[in-house]
Amino acid sequence: MEEGKIITPGPAGYKPEPAAFLGVDLPPPGKALLYGEIVDEEVAMREAAKAMLTRRNPTIFPGPLVLWGWNASAMEKAKAVLELAAEIPNCRIIPMPDYRPKYPKIDPEAEINPNHPNLTILHNKIEACIFVGVHCHYANLSLRMIRAGTNCFTIALCAEMGHEDAMVSLRDVHAEEIRKFKEVLIQVRKELGIEWEPKPPPENPSLPKEEWTTVSPLDFGEYAALLIPRRGEVVEETE
Amino acid sequence: MPDQRVVDPEYLILEAPRERKFITGSQAFAEAIKRANVDIAIAYPITPQSETMHLVGDLYAQGYVKDYYRAEEEYGAMSAIAGAVRGGARAFSATSGPGLLRGLEAIVSWPGHRIPAVLGVMTRVVNAPLSIQPDNVEISYLLNCGMIVLHAENQQDVFDFTLAGFVISEKVDVYIPVAVCTEGFFVTHAKGYVNLPPEDMKLPPRDPYKAPVPPTDCEIPPARIQRDAPVQKSNFMSYLIHAVWQQEIWSANQRSRKWIKHYLGGLVEVVNPDAEVFIVASGCAAAQGREAQRYAEMEGLPVGLVKVKSIRPFPAQEIREILKKAKAVIVPEHNIVGWLAKEVKAVIPNSGIVVDGPRVYGGMTLPVELIMEKIYEALGVKKAKKTVV
Repeated sequence: MEEGKIITPGPAGYKPEPAAFLGVDLPPPGKALLYGEIVDEEVAMREAAKAMLTRRNPTIFPGPLVLWGWNASAMEKAKAVLELAAEIPNCRIIPMPDYRPKYPKIDPEAEINPNHPNLTILHNKIEACIFVGVHCHYANLSLRMIRAGTNCFTIALCAEMGHEDAMVSLRDVHAEEIRKFKEVLIQVRKELGIEWEPKPPPENPSLPKEEWTTVSPLDFGEYAALLIPRRGEVVEETE
Repeated sequence: MPDQRVVDPEYLILEAPRERKFITGSQAFAEAIKRANVDIAIAYPITPQSETMHLVGDLYAQGYVKDYYRAEEEYGAMSAIAGAVRGGARAFSATSGPGLLRGLEAIVSWPGHRIPAVLGVMTRVVNAPLSIQPDNVEISYLLNCGMIVLHAENQQDVFDFTLAGFVISEKVDVYIPVAVCTEGFFVTHAKGYVNLPPEDMKLPPRDPYKAPVPPTDCEIPPARIQRDAPVQKSNFMSYLIHAVWQQEIWSANQRSRKWIKHYLGGLVEVVNPDAEVFIVASGCAAAQGREAQRYAEMEGLPVGLVKVKSIRPFPAQEIREILKKAKAVIVPEHNIVGWLAKEVKAVIPNSGIVVDGPRVYGGMTLPVELIMEKIYEALGVKKAKKTVV
């Protein structure tokens, strides 16, 4: 552990203590967490921006609260996440679309899953990441496992009270705050002398190109079986 | 429907004017439920809990509680509470002694499933031979499951802990259940003064979307993100996620500390913090300890009281700090195992200063004189024993 910092990038070990056990408290409104200490939001934002701009393979992990169009604010937040991603050089977006265990294993290029988030981090050699729109419980599980087994710098953009196990945790983050973070990131990028023209991140490699011409049950991917049995399929028992 | 208006929890719990009533502990539970905007109450009757749930049933009949039923038994009741809460409802149940133990498998799974509910625990004997009398050994069975465990000293605590319990348990950074424990009969069936906020006010309804987990969903994609909870599929998950999941529950338990301080004024109450000898007690024993402290003060003895309101999270730092200069610590309890004494010993560096007891159990009362004897012993005060017969 670096001196004066409670929560730093791992690997922290076989089974590290959670930050809450180490005395890290969630920040009050208007404040943020940086390495487990309560600081001003802008200080934390600058450190988060620096990590996303300077560490290898920066990646954003959007969760169900921004991936699915639950409501207008979720859609606006999703747009803001895309705008942020466009400003980070070579940033990728790898979704956490749901929290179910995937059997026999996930495709680590296509998604991240809270049951084994370290697989996606290690496979893609991700050294800086942002969690956004992930329900707090699953974000906390993931952040702890990532800190245990990887050297990834974790940043949590939380719509609620924040996450002690992230290196940087911002609270009450919605579309407006994401755009504010984007402005800070652009400023830090200029200060670091990094040249970059904003452009969208690459497509998710697992998804077939969407033509927007037809809709079929197959568009629901693995969920299609829930809508309609496959031809010839006989459902004999349910879970 | 009764004419109640929704008010901010801060106002209802901390600021609203209060009126003094003389009511039983069971009535205090019911008065809290009346103001808590509860969607559903489910329970199975058992003495001494029955009166509370009878009164809550009356609240259902009056329209204060939206749904209410008597379950098959406690396992069914506590499982149904889990289902109702995961479906988005605010739920209340209560039980006692053997009923708590019967429902325990379901109850101890609530924290891991992130069930923000309030459970009233009106303690009674659980051991054979059968007895319905007060004894709080059952609280020890709740201490290692992750839930918040509050221990009410009197009827006022019952009301305050229950009403605040809903608010604390539904905080996004907490989101685990709260047990409000108190001694059966001594508190539930005895009357005491309780300051109550107006009954035409209630908490805002539960917002199940303000949560660290998605509410239980239907089968419609893409919303099916929770039903196959990894905790139910151990063959599909790593040991590490189970470990961090358990860590998350106990982290949530820790996070509740700030809300207990905010809504209930702290995890402990201290009387005479400069004392040399402390009584550390919870629940009814704290009431008797309070009397003993008062007697000691009248006799000019340097005795203080630490009332432990929250057993989980346990106020380890607070107790360590308060007892820093203590010469002796007396822990009166209403059980034979001395679970509170063990907790206190575990958090101070000099556990040898803890006096085990006095303890009563099996329904016995706890006379203040028993505590006074321990105080005299600790301070080396010689008193002639009176022979009554």
